[in-house]
Amino acid sequence: MVRKTHVATTINGEPVEFLCEARQSLLEVLRETLGLTGSKEGCNNGNCGACTVLLDGQPVDSCLVLAVEVEGAQITTIEGLSKDSHLHPIQQCFLEDAALQCGICTPGFIMSAKALLDRDPNPSEHAIRFQLAGNLCRCTGYDKIIRAVQDSAKRMAGQK
Amino acid sequence: MTPKSEQKKYKVIGTRPIRHDGADKVTGRAVYGADLRLAGIVHGKILRSPHAHAKVKSIDTSAAEKHPGVLAVVTRADMPNLKDKIADLGEGSVNLAHLGANVLAHDKVLYKGHAVAALAAVNPHVAEEALKLIKVDYEVLPSVTWVMDAMKDDAPLLHNDVFTKSMGKRASKPSNVPTHIHFEKGNIEEGFKAADVIVEREFKTASVHQGYIEPHVSTALWNQDGHVTVWTSTQGAFTARAQTAELLQIPVSQVTVVPCEIGGGFGGKIAVYLEPVAAMLSRKCGRPVKMVMTREDVFEGTGPTPGSFMRVKLGATKDGKLVAGEAWLAYDAGAFPGGVIGPGAMCVFSCYELPHAKVDGYDVLDNKPKTQAYRAPGATQAAFACETVIDELAEKLEIDPLEFRLKNAAKEGTRRVDGPVYPRVGLVETLEAAKNSPHWKSKLEGKHRGRGIASGYWFNIGLKSSVAANVNNDGTVSLIEGSTDIGGTRTSIAMQFAETLGITAEAVHPRVGDTDSVGYTDVTGGSRTTFATGLAAHEVALDIQRQMRERAAILWECDASQVQVEDGAYCHKDKRLTFAELAGQLGHTGGPVVGRATVSPEGASNAFGTHLVDVEVDPDTAKVTILRYTAIQDAGRAIHPSYVEGQMQGGAVQGIGWALNEEYVYSDQGRMENASYLDYRMPTALDVPAIETIIVEVPNPAHPYGVRGVGETPIIAPPAAIANAIYAATGVRMTELPMSPPRLWAAMTKGKQS
Repeated sequence: MVRKTHVATTINGEPVEFLCEARQSLLEVLRETLGLTGSKEGCNNGNCGACTVLLDGQPVDSCLVLAVEVEGAQITTIEGLSKDSHLHPIQQCFLEDAALQCGICTPGFIMSAKALLDRDPNPSEHAIRFQLAGNLCRCTGYDKIIRAVQDSAKRMAGQK
Repeated sequence: MTPKSEQKKYKVIGTRPIRHDGADKVTGRAVYGADLRLAGIVHGKILRSPHAHAKVKSIDTSAAEKHPGVLAVVTRADMPNLKDKIADLGEGSVNLAHLGANVLAHDKVLYKGHAVAALAAVNPHVAEEALKLIKVDYEVLPSVTWVMDAMKDDAPLLHNDVFTKSMGKRASKPSNVPTHIHFEKGNIEEGFKAADVIVEREFKTASVHQGYIEPHVSTALWNQDGHVTVWTSTQGAFTARAQTAELLQIPVSQVTVVPCEIGGGFGGKIAVYLEPVAAMLSRKCGRPVKMVMTREDVFEGTGPTPGSFMRVKLGATKDGKLVAGEAWLAYDAGAFPGGVIGPGAMCVFSCYELPHAKVDGYDVLDNKPKTQAYRAPGATQAAFACETVIDELAEKLEIDPLEFRLKNAAKEGTRRVDGPVYPRVGLVETLEAAKNSPHWKSKLEGKHRGRGIASGYWFNIGLKSSVAANVNNDGTVSLIEGSTDIGGTRTSIAMQFAETLGITAEAVHPRVGDTDSVGYTDVTGGSRTTFATGLAAHEVALDIQRQMRERAAILWECDASQVQVEDGAYCHKDKRLTFAELAGQLGHTGGPVVGRATVSPEGASNAFGTHLVDVEVDPDTAKVTILRYTAIQDAGRAIHPSYVEGQMQGGAVQGIGWALNEEYVYSDQGRMENASYLDYRMPTALDVPAIETIIVEVPNPAHPYGVRGVGETPIIAPPAAIANAIYAATGVRMTELPMSPPRLWAAMTKGKQS
């Protein structure tokens, strides 16, 4: 057996420790070791964005990050977005605007949208489309996703 | 358009409630196939053929079996031998012997990516390592991946037991053409004699993939009591059960299929790939076996929709009346017979009143994965050909292309070339809505820009659906339905139930049942779910309403026939109980109330759409940019308008990808060279503009609320609409898909000096 590496990190605000093999991606550890299956695997090579998480605030394809790299990092996954009994405004807007059909890409889109809105609270439609170009959706044609992100920006501005 | 008074008739239908499974899907809690966790689970992987066509001389699995961590290995030899038997899969049928040979290859591999052997190991990494230890001795054979080459007499033969069937006769020599379809209406020679203008063109389209983001995934447990449970991502749990049972040669009662949340299907998740293999691995190792495809597996081993060669000829009189149409269509089926040529041939002229028509269609074997349905299977290719010729005819006749379509549009009473006569349909209404749309009325200015229009038709099937419901004592209802929910159908079904029963959509708790929990239900496909399973839900609501009247009658000591239902409440004389109040009294009026219904609506509900598109073509790179896009469709009745719009937008963008970009690129050795999302390149958010939608409602006379179904039609028109727009922008008629920059550039510069 390959000897595993010990990693200490923070996921969704909670300290987490795990053992992993050097070849394991962050996505594999999140899903298989830690049971955080909200991040989805669509391609395992960084093309579809379904596994997007925030690593120290930056959106990354967790399938392209080795788990051993996240020592000491701050990671946010889709499971960490809603607080108490409340959905995050982006989650709520995705529901109200019917911005999902099958839903497999949805966690990745929401995480990418969060990264954008954290950086730019009032993005143009082009900026939203540019930010989300790394996330593939095959069901919606993107239209309602873009609208949901626009509505999220408005709602988040209203909450400040 | 629907009159306002008509819309007001409904309290729930036409509103936009939040979908019932929404919170689970935006929080990451929804359990898709790959998210399943079971005690003792192990991981299976499949060894796939590196060759497009080869004899499998031997398979040596001994080294893999000895590898530490490997628990089971299976090859063809472990699977039951299957005789030819046609099984109905709801939307299409399959020869089980072929399905078995697709799931694990027999003596030959027929495409690169064809499954050859499988193993289960303690984790996916060990499984992958061990696959490399399986030794397969191949004898490579010549291959063919282009439909017209495969039809040649000297083409490499895929099967020596396939003979062309044509007009009820079987040829004597084996061939790559399993089926020839022929339809005729009127007298084609007379028809073309009456034509003043005739346009005939040839078209080619590449294979494209459905592209669902979730790879195929199945987990199977062959329990020690002999019962097989399969957790899978499928469009139809019951068809997955039937296929799995047949391939394992066990009774269906020995198999339970639990449908997990499904991450897209579009027709590609009906046939089984992994289920029987995972079950056999589980039988060997006694543990649950999970198998997840890689994206490369998905491209190379599943899906695609046929590549095609088509010749379409249409004639019209100088006053703009179509008089005759002839089509010759060859679609590849991939490695096994049974592609989608049938619907393609039925659809090619389905938008037009055509007195004389003739269609020949050919199902053609070649060394590609067995082709599968993809959203309106076969119709998009055919519409690309027909709608481009229509555009050219209109141009030659100097008639506006929209007016030309209106003048010749199919309507109630029009007979399709394959026989059926349309009931009330809404093509004319979509064309009129297009004509009155802000998009069509706007002026398109600027160089290298053009506007295109095209229409599309899909049958929309009925098939079989079952729904059951349990009334809870707080006035809510748990609804159990057999249709897997790919795009919000839990809600569109629950809304019809709520409307009929007079309760709110939120008071209904819809669940998708497994094959032991709900009655037989066909696949989520054919745009049938909101139509047929919705119809079943409506009937369940009527069943519950009948029982609730009986309960009220017990309370009020009157006859059930004296209990009136007003606005969802139950009334007799001055007594009145809301549904919730009455539900609270079930315990002492006879116990729980359970409703159930099964339906099998006959025939098609016939959905038409018309799309408008403005493009700009870069004169230096031949890249096409979509500037504006409008999708118009007759939904019959939009139950949840947001999800109807979503279907229209999603279909349009899939069609845009098919039109401009997507294709299976094959090497000379028949290997797909772009089996990743990066190289296959589906549209991203940055590639498309907002997709405007106009829902037209011409109620379907065969449904209580007028539903037609909406899922498939929107993919049909885009390639033709875009080709017509490109012509308007450049003067170049594109006859080949995709209209990618290299192809368009070649067409734009043809005959010109570089």
